Amino acid sequence: MKTSSIKVESRTERLIAVRDFVSEAARTFGFGDEDISKIALAVDEACTNIIKHAYRSDPTKIIQVNVSAKDGTFVVAIRDEGVRFNPMQVQPPDMKEYLTHFRRGGLGVYLMKSLMDKVEYAIVPGKANEVRLTKYLPR
Amino acid sequence: MSEFKIGQREAENVSILELKGYLDAHTAPKLEEAFQSLLKSQKYRIVVNCRDLSYISSAGLGVFMAFIEDVRNNKGDIKLTNMSPKVYNVFDLLGFPLLYEIFKEEKEAVTRFFDRAK
Repeated sequence: MKTSSIKVESRTERLIAVRDFVSEAARTFGFGDEDISKIALAVDEACTNIIKHAYRSDPTKIIQVNVSAKDGTFVVAIRDEGVRFNPMQVQPPDMKEYLTHFRRGGLGVYLMKSLMDKVEYAIVPGKANEVRLTKYLPR
Repeated sequence: MSEFKIGQREAENVSILELKGYLDAHTAPKLEEAFQSLLKSQKYRIVVNCRDLSYISSAGLGVFMAFIEDVRNNKGDIKLTNMSPKVYNVFDLLGFPLLYEIFKEEKEAVTRFFDRAK
């Protein structure tokens, strides 16, 4: 299994570094441009949620992004130690309703689920939260 | 770091915003300011040219959501143009084409503001 990781401060200006890191790992693993874009966007959404909600914009906090890749399965695990948030409990938005009423925000989780093959949430012993985003390499 | 830039010009009483670079949670406030400034000047006919937009996340999409109601209540609109397939896919995934008019070319969007059949 190939693994790599990056730690960044919980600041929106660091999103670009996370996207670059994940894109590079996905490219090395063999994904094409379209899938790389999807993975980078999903990871961006997960980190943005952490920065805004879990860490409530406290820039001193740390986000850890781990990539593990094996047998056609690419997993990005994003870890924080902030306020507990379970994206699996977010109801899929009724897009028609959503768009009709011009609501803002809350699109991130929907995007993550649409872009990846699997989105899981776990609480790591020692009070960290972990979002696991999985994408399978097309055969 | 200049990861996101906005150019602004006027054409036939339509305000055109040209987006360049990466529109994410970090850079979205810049776009928000640009819309706020247009609305403050009572400019409600807005075309957003996305030709040089390389990336958009939900934070960027949220900005369009935030202003569309206000703009339309003032008989204007926000029309989008020149998206790359990659950027269009993100809009499409969230069903934005149902809510926004999206054109291939900026000129079509500008003309549309004067189209009586609208």
